[in-house]
Amino acid sequence: MLQYRLWQKILIVGSVILAAILAIPNFFTKEEVALWPGFAPKGRIALGLDLQGGSYLLLGVDTEKVIDDRLTAMRQEIQRAMRPTGGRERIALEAAPTLNPAADSITLRVRDAAQVEDAAKRVRDLTRAGAVIGAGVRPYDVAVTGSRIDVVMHPEAKRAFGQEALADSIEVVRRRIDPAGNKEVLIQPQGADRIVVQAPGDNDPEALKQIINRTGQLSFHRVDVSVSPEDQAAGLLPPNRIVVPIAATEGGGALVLWEEPEVTGDMVESASAGLNSDGGGFQINFSFDSRGARRFADYTREHIGELFAIVLDNEVISYPRIQSAITGGGGRITGNFSPEEANRIATLIRSGALPAPLTTLDQRTVGPDLGADSIRAGGIASIIAFGLVVLFMIVTYGRFGVYANIALIANLILLFGVLSILGSTLTLPGIAGIVLTIGMAVDANVLIYERIREEIAGGKTPIQATELGFSKAFSAIADSNITTLLAAWIMLMLGAGPVRGFALTLAVGVVTSVFSAIVITRLIAGQYLLSKRPKTITL
Amino acid sequence: MKLLKLIPDDTNFPFTKYRWHALVVTLAAFFGSLFAIFAAPGLNFGVDFRGGITIEAHDTAPIDLSTVRQAVGALNLGAFKVQEFGAPTQIVVALEATPVEGQAADAGQQEIATRVREAIIAALGDDVKFERQEVVGPTVSGELTQRGFLAVGLATTMMLVYIWFRFQLQWGAGAVLGVIHDTVITVGLIALFQFTFDLNVVAAILTVIGYSVNDTVVVYDRIRENLRKYKKMPLAELIDLSLNETLTRTVVTGGTSILALAALVAFGGEVLRGFCFAIMFGIIVGTYSSLFVAAPFLLLTGVKRDWAKVKGAAPAQA
Repeated sequence: MLQYRLWQKILIVGSVILAAILAIPNFFTKEEVALWPGFAPKGRIALGLDLQGGSYLLLGVDTEKVIDDRLTAMRQEIQRAMRPTGGRERIALEAAPTLNPAADSITLRVRDAAQVEDAAKRVRDLTRAGAVIGAGVRPYDVAVTGSRIDVVMHPEAKRAFGQEALADSIEVVRRRIDPAGNKEVLIQPQGADRIVVQAPGDNDPEALKQIINRTGQLSFHRVDVSVSPEDQAAGLLPPNRIVVPIAATEGGGALVLWEEPEVTGDMVESASAGLNSDGGGFQINFSFDSRGARRFADYTREHIGELFAIVLDNEVISYPRIQSAITGGGGRITGNFSPEEANRIATLIRSGALPAPLTTLDQRTVGPDLGADSIRAGGIASIIAFGLVVLFMIVTYGRFGVYANIALIANLILLFGVLSILGSTLTLPGIAGIVLTIGMAVDANVLIYERIREEIAGGKTPIQATELGFSKAFSAIADSNITTLLAAWIMLMLGAGPVRGFALTLAVGVVTSVFSAIVITRLIAGQYLLSKRPKTITL
Repeated sequence: MKLLKLIPDDTNFPFTKYRWHALVVTLAAFFGSLFAIFAAPGLNFGVDFRGGITIEAHDTAPIDLSTVRQAVGALNLGAFKVQEFGAPTQIVVALEATPVEGQAADAGQQEIATRVREAIIAALGDDVKFERQEVVGPTVSGELTQRGFLAVGLATTMMLVYIWFRFQLQWGAGAVLGVIHDTVITVGLIALFQFTFDLNVVAAILTVIGYSVNDTVVVYDRIRENLRKYKKMPLAELIDLSLNETLTRTVVTGGTSILALAALVAFGGEVLRGFCFAIMFGIIVGTYSSLFVAAPFLLLTGVKRDWAKVKGAAPAQA
């Protein structure tokens, strides 16, 4: 049927106008759009990182290490619980509890069979102290067989701890990259142990990595100067001491420290970089929370004149001598810091420590200049492709070619309108998808026109031939476009960022092109045929 | 107005008569492609699949490639390539994934990238700008390879099932044969021209699969319609008739798509060139396979002649 009712015409033209209105925000900046009244369309097509420049990072969270850390801590607690405290007698074990990371379990053997019950009770009390995971599941299962007690982390708990580590890591990464929360940085979990970071703009990937790939574990230790360099080199240390290397900027070498930190990084409330108040270079100013301030004050009061080490990620970054009790609730880290390094350390301290180190699995960066080049090249290619196809259609189908071209323009308007309300991301392959849509969109029209040609050759009048052309071509149009949609759907499911952008424009383009070819071309062609009633048509 | 007729109205090209000639051409192209992919020159894998590093650097003055080669070579990082990219002031340095001692494989790649950047800066001076950097560790490249195969396999299977459902099993088989033909030859051409084989090219192949099946379906649709119309016509003649009837459409749609892609290849920039070439090759190959592979295949298997009773497929209105 070439005859449309008035309301149908209004609906068709209206949908194109609506799409055009929806696409308007793309011609303005985000700031301008934000000022528009509430009813105005605000959805814009975002530019992918490959077009606006920026960095994409895929980070792996070492959740295994988080689980191992928890088990190690639990083993220490179990060991401690066997000691005589608060009227409880000592429980003798055959050996220190063993940790089996593969089975996520801790095993202990009690020497005296009479104490097994008591030992199991102490272990249970310990494992029950932890949070309950999910619907009444305890984080650890405790099983007693003879003199042997097995403590196994529940798989559910393991997953919960992993998720917690992932969520914590995301928070820390966010605080490090985007402390003020004003950048358009996207930080999302992917799967069970991965984080995707998408940072647009002129980001130096090296600087990003330096700030993300450090754990940020800060601690303050007492320095043990009693160990001679020879003993230190031979590894002859008193118990509970560790050797920690000194940062190259502080002269290198290593210091012997007490293993147990006096104050830890989680007691630091804030940190910032500033000019060194005496001498050159930069320093990091920090302040403690109340617990940290009290501990720090007590410690400095009792150890005036001694050396004291500030350790960041297993490296001594500063080891000043305590001049006086520091009761102000804060302090400064002086060292030979460049302004960048001081800033970086301040950010690390402020953001807190990562629960586990992050590994960069995949990193892609595009400079803003290259992105701008790509947009320009894509734009030129689109315009030329459009021009060529338009010309080709006119030369091949004459008046009906013009109709197909009007449908093509309507198709592009619809495409941009839909992409705008979806708030989708345009990538470089996405531009290619649009160009390909321009080339393939005319397919439906070609199928219809070829049918009309055949029907005219078969002796039908123009109106009959056109009606038949549209109805007979439909099954081929539908079948053939569904196959393209299937391919696009697979790309959306399995593809990575830029490829998904391509798949989306291709899929939306297929739908809008079929609509334009079938509905809009028919409207225009019908309008012409029914009003002019030509005896013959050329196409 | 005199309109351009790319294809005369009454073509009568005996496609099926040439099916054995076509088979020779097809097999030659097919095995030639397999040779190009697996023997020589082989696929030029991008970082997506091989892992490793790609760095694109732009300088203000033309870059002397040998200077950069020397600087990167001095790092002793294994196989690498330095190529001009689009303009004499632009280069791409590509390194294969090499293990770094004492480091996990993924973290090691990141360190190598930093070292290569430093070497390039040392060789070319501070004006050099890094416009693109891709560092893919072995974990991700393994996964991407898997996903790429999965995507192509899934797409092919879905096409088979869809056409089986809409037509008949042997039609689906014919279309899938066409898809395999198109995929292998497109990848073969990518290997021959040494375009980088990366995720984008997999997307291109999926597009080609969609296009190829699209093309085949249009031809099949016409064959099915003619089967209803001419119940007694010999199958070979009927296939020829259908191919000739749809020939203009095949050429015009292929033509507009290739025009659009040619614009992309010429003006779309260096980054997408391989991707656009792949789709363009694929469309040409896909058009060929619809005419000479998928349709003649039906002659081999035979088809159901009586379509009138099929549900869902409305009889053609005359």
